[in-house]
Amino acid sequence: MKILVCISHVPDTTSKINFTEGDTKFDTNGVQFVINPNDEFGLTRAMWFKEKQGASVDVVNVGGAETEPTLRKALAIGADAAIRVNAEATDSFYVARQLANVVTNGGYDLVIAGRESIDYNGGMVPGMLAALTEANFVNTCIGLEIDGDTATAIREIDGGKETISSKLPLVIGGQKGLVEESDLRIPNMRGIMMARKKPLTVIDAIESSIETKAVKFEKPAPKGEVTLVSPDNVGELVELLHNEAKAI
Amino acid sequence: MSVLVYTESEGGKFKKAAFEVASYAKEVANMLGTTVTAVSINANDSSELGGYGVDKVLEIKNDKLTDFNAKAYANSLKQVVEKEEAKVVIVSSSVDSKSLASILTVYLNAGYVTNVVELPESVSPFVVKRTAFTNKAFNKTEVTAAIKIIGVSNNSYGIKEVSGTATVEGFEPLISEGDFTTNIISVDKATDKVSIADAEIVVSGGRGLKGPENWGMIEDLADVLGAATACSKPVSDLGWRPHSEHVGQTGKPVAANLYIAIGISGAIQHLAGINSSKVKVVINNDPEAPFFKAADYGIVGDAFEVVPQLIEKLKEFKANNA
Repeated sequence: MKILVCISHVPDTTSKINFTEGDTKFDTNGVQFVINPNDEFGLTRAMWFKEKQGASVDVVNVGGAETEPTLRKALAIGADAAIRVNAEATDSFYVARQLANVVTNGGYDLVIAGRESIDYNGGMVPGMLAALTEANFVNTCIGLEIDGDTATAIREIDGGKETISSKLPLVIGGQKGLVEESDLRIPNMRGIMMARKKPLTVIDAIESSIETKAVKFEKPAPKGEVTLVSPDNVGELVELLHNEAKAI
Repeated sequence: MSVLVYTESEGGKFKKAAFEVASYAKEVANMLGTTVTAVSINANDSSELGGYGVDKVLEIKNDKLTDFNAKAYANSLKQVVEKEEAKVVIVSSSVDSKSLASILTVYLNAGYVTNVVELPESVSPFVVKRTAFTNKAFNKTEVTAAIKIIGVSNNSYGIKEVSGTATVEGFEPLISEGDFTTNIISVDKATDKVSIADAEIVVSGGRGLKGPENWGMIEDLADVLGAATACSKPVSDLGWRPHSEHVGQTGKPVAANLYIAIGISGAIQHLAGINSSKVKVVINNDPEAPFFKAADYGIVGDAFEVVPQLIEKLKEFKANNA
């Protein structure tokens, strides 16, 4: 089984978000970049398939050379090979077309992408990728088993979950639940050393149009002071929520 | 050329988000000087949409579409878009709408923007404001593709009732057997609980509650308010509550009208996930907890004393305002 895990290179969850160049670009100054958490759950699940079922696991990212340390980290966690599509990842459809090209050329049986990246939160690349490669699709996936050419996947739905059976090839939009937080792996020294020798192939982007473009960023307006209510007068909170906030 | 809106239903009943996206579509149609056409799939009473600005409903009734199937739904919507020659399609931000719309985007070579929180800033060029960086920022995006698909964040625009009627026409899409390659084996869904995605009010508990055995008062408070229950990341990691309740940057986003955080300190990742909620209340015994900087209302006090009192006061309030 050939697995491809799509990796987004995103600011760490604790990052302060700022913009530059007239609020048109994300300010990377002083920001620590990591594997997108939703992707890391998928990568860790893929490691399980590698160790228990002999799958091969490649990772791919669409981005500039600055994303390579993130791909190296995925290799240190245990992926076999990395591919970087050399292009700026701006429009989701553009990114999905680049990834679809990699999937088609690589003949992958299973593609695991995060449900969404925590930077742009588009949440559309997995579905687009499934449509472009004519693969089956399970989004918001919180559990995955593969037996031969059949997958059993658990999908989170509003207010519950459903269990789905699907043939491969399959594209997964994954999230926490594919593995637990405690299953995530911190690369050890041996993994880091081995990652240096593993192949990281850079390929050129294919021609593709751009369907959307970010024109400006803004930060939310600063918040007003909190209104404190005494713990001895809880009824006042009910009044405020009704009369002032009109929330109840 | 009308604005097309996909109005989601469940078990034949429209979801609340369907009325919100219909209201949004109405205003976009006004900006473009056109009308609103809705698509419903297996809804009992499509004419209801007239009360939210919809002029015409194309009603799909097909047993094969009883269960959600992203490809089959996307394929059906594609046929409607082509029949209506629609250039703007409005969908909600539900899990299902996001799945089908990303596929529909490919089928139509469209430009799709999710998490949109306001009406378009302009329609030529077509620019919308969306949340990004998990609510730590907004991002204005121009949709350059000829067909534009706009995913509206839940509870962002609100429901606007109007006096109007919608004409209802049946529509029969060609259904391709090839779309049914994923099969639902079983569904596990709490039907008696409000889901976080649909909830107007969310009551959320953190590690300050000390253990899963203390969740009774969170559930009681949620019951009084008709709210959904949620929790912070440590609580879900500790296994006190299921993952499906984890809200925050790596969990579910919350865009409720009212979010009540109990015993949650307010880590930056948690605040990011709930920031789109309109009114935020925090109850915490630590006055230095970062949540007090993000909240509208706060009580510095022991949750085990404050919450039972709050439940009583809310019951009194409900009795007096029934």
